[in-house]
Amino acid sequence: MEQLIGVLFDGVAYGSLLFLVSVGLSVTLGLMNFVHLAHGVFAMLGGYLMVRSMALWGLSYWEALPLAFVGMAVLGAALERLLYRHFYKAGPLDQTLLCIGIILIAMASATYVWGPQQQSVMLPDRLRGNAELLGLSLGRLRLFVVAVVALITLALAYLIERTRFGAQVRAAVDNRDAAAGLGIGVDGLFTLCFALGTGLAGLGGALAADVLGLDPSFPIKYMVYFLLVVAVGGAGTIKGPLIAGLLLGVCDVAGKYYVPEASAFAIYLMMVVLLIAFPAGLYGRRA
Amino acid sequence: MTPALRTDGLGKRWGAFEANSDISLSIPQGARHALIGPNGAGKSTFIHLLTGYLRPSAGKVYLDGECITALPQHQRVRRGMARTFQVNQLFPDFTVLESVLMAIFERKGLGTLWRRTVASMAAEIDEAQALLQSLRLQREADTRTCELPYGKQRLVEIALALAARPKLLLLDEPAAGIPTSESGELFEVIASLPRAVTILFIEHDMDLVFRFAEQITVLVGGRLLTQGTPDEIAADPRVKEVYLGEAEHG
Amino acid sequence: MNAMRLWLAGLVSPTPGRHLLRARWGTVERLLWVLLPVAVFVFFPGHLLLATQIAIACVFALSLDLVLGYAGIVTLGHAASFGLGAYTAGLLAVHGWTEPFSGLVAAALVAAVVGGLTACLLVRLGDLSRLMVTMGIGLMLFEAANKAASITGGLDGLSGMQMGRVLGLFEFDVAGQVGYWYSVGVLLVVFLFLRQLVASPFGLSLRAIHQCVGRAPSLGMPVGARLVAAYTLGAALAGVAGALLAQTTQFVGLDSLGFNRSADVLVMLMLGGAGRLYGALFGSALFMLAHDLLASLNPVYWQFWIGIMLVALVVFARGGLTAWYARLRQTIRTHRSLHP
Repeated sequence: MEQLIGVLFDGVAYGSLLFLVSVGLSVTLGLMNFVHLAHGVFAMLGGYLMVRSMALWGLSYWEALPLAFVGMAVLGAALERLLYRHFYKAGPLDQTLLCIGIILIAMASATYVWGPQQQSVMLPDRLRGNAELLGLSLGRLRLFVVAVVALITLALAYLIERTRFGAQVRAAVDNRDAAAGLGIGVDGLFTLCFALGTGLAGLGGALAADVLGLDPSFPIKYMVYFLLVVAVGGAGTIKGPLIAGLLLGVCDVAGKYYVPEASAFAIYLMMVVLLIAFPAGLYGRRA
Repeated sequence: MTPALRTDGLGKRWGAFEANSDISLSIPQGARHALIGPNGAGKSTFIHLLTGYLRPSAGKVYLDGECITALPQHQRVRRGMARTFQVNQLFPDFTVLESVLMAIFERKGLGTLWRRTVASMAAEIDEAQALLQSLRLQREADTRTCELPYGKQRLVEIALALAARPKLLLLDEPAAGIPTSESGELFEVIASLPRAVTILFIEHDMDLVFRFAEQITVLVGGRLLTQGTPDEIAADPRVKEVYLGEAEHG
Repeated sequence: MNAMRLWLAGLVSPTPGRHLLRARWGTVERLLWVLLPVAVFVFFPGHLLLATQIAIACVFALSLDLVLGYAGIVTLGHAASFGLGAYTAGLLAVHGWTEPFSGLVAAALVAAVVGGLTACLLVRLGDLSRLMVTMGIGLMLFEAANKAASITGGLDGLSGMQMGRVLGLFEFDVAGQVGYWYSVGVLLVVFLFLRQLVASPFGLSLRAIHQCVGRAPSLGMPVGARLVAAYTLGAALAGVAGALLAQTTQFVGLDSLGFNRSADVLVMLMLGGAGRLYGALFGSALFMLAHDLLASLNPVYWQFWIGIMLVALVVFARGGLTAWYARLRQTIRTHRSLHP
């Protein structure tokens, strides 16, 4: 029983990270019809930014985390303005090629600059080891991750449901042209949302550095997972990827624990089956 | 004589919105039948239901007495039904000749032929040239569709339907987008088609409708309002109200 | 010189297949297909292994061109067919069946069966779903092959095969001469076949579906069946390419099924330009040559420059090299007509 709870908790922590990184992808796909396969690159770079800033500039873990968020938000905004916005009207094939190119450039650069090995993270003492909670011994870092993601989810929900900005985003997701016609600055909205998404991805990558491991192959290794979260949860929403992420996290961890032989295969099979069962595709499931 | 086309309570709804409801009509062989109605009346939806582009929520469709409601689009075409689209659905990269050849190949079941090249299919090329000639498109035979002016593209749209040598021809606003001076010419071509072909057309231009239609069906709000000869329709006060009422509020 | 210009123009025609409607081999084209392989054999005898790889890549890219360039089915999992073909041929050889041509046929059949089943799933999906589903299936096959290490050799790969004589006469030699001519011969046959196919009514129907999928059924065309046929054929040809690799290198690795290989062939085709047949050939040759040059220096360089090349491709040269060249000619022609 304790084992099961341990596995469940690990799964929830893993799923929270998947959600944190994927929520940006969901917004990008739903808002701008852009298949941002390279979303994992921002997670990876966020992780590297955190690890290297701690090593080179002596930042503490608590300082480096927000840096990862801000750094990736800025990078995302820049890339969106310079490159991505010219591809919103392009077909999925062109977008895919662009993203593969960006992934390759990022992976090669990371390998060249920091080497192919996994990065080690200097966790602060407070996050090491386990904590006793409700009679269970749970990893402190994972508890921290779950807490952070929960807070961010609440903040996002508030942002989307209760603020004018959120209303504008929802309008633009629903009908871009009509929203533009209403005078909503759709261009600026896109940049902001994209930056928010990449910032969150960067934060997720930084948090994941210890949980999932950080090396240059990160964007490709986890690409399928991010896509799966968005495919199952639906593009353009927050609730969907949250549920999907948690589900996927738990299933994957449980799978690796109880049925290690077939877990990866089962994940891919699930993606294929879901995409075929819902032929409207990744677009067709708006909340 | 079995009617060329018969529908029985045909309807289409999306959620609460009923685009078509309970449309039953019967069109005899060789008819020249027009379908009119204000914008949003569901005329194009009706054509989509007839051709199989959309699946009906209710009702049945009979072609030459055979129930085709469950048949997919391409099989209805095989049984002699062809259509044109209100907005051109053409092959932009094909020349006019290639487009028409494509239609002829499919009609003759040659679509899977891989052992011969298109250039060697002399009989079909001749047939295509003849069809283009009858539509006065022969000069544009080697021009890519995307490079043609809109009026010519509209003719290609009709050529594709005619190449299937249909028994029932469904025309969705064939004159849309063509200047009035040329649309008469277009309808001359349609009118000169043999009586073996039954024609049902949607049109907004009332001059053309009254000139070429022998029977008119009026569709309003997805429902069949009335049906009759051009004189009867012109005299019907309900039709006047629908159109004049529209003009007042429109 | 005029013949040369006409031929080049035909190759990169903005209306793919237009020149093929006439489907007669220009003299220049005929000469090139004979002279180029011979020239490579004579002048680069030490590089025959690379040349063989290029020929195999050409077959692979041609098979993708049929599926993607002509029929318009986007796929990120074409390596599944390639890998299936490679493992089929490899396993046959390992278990004693060493006749090369029948190995090719068996590989084509296995790849075709799986491809056909996949295609039935894909026909109803939109472009994005097709990309994801094909990627997923490719990954599934990779995992399956990895886990079935007792059959496939897993990460170590499948080796220990001895190929029999080609046509009963030519033994595969270490220098790769027989392998070279074998691959080039298969490439020629595949190219001739596809050239005929795209100039035929069937080829025309595929292009029609690609251009306006809404119109095709109203012409009486069973679109789903056509697409399945095209995809199955493409899968079979990709299987042949995989089998060639297995037979000429006498080794099959997991990478023949991997996502990287699917991405590579996509890049090769898009580089040269899809929907023109010759685009597949140019793109493959360029890609493989660049790979040989850069990867030997440092694999990281290769990854980086391919990434740059891809981004440059989609930003500046949509449609690949052949399309870019066609646009260039168009610009020159327009310029000339305005300034005679």
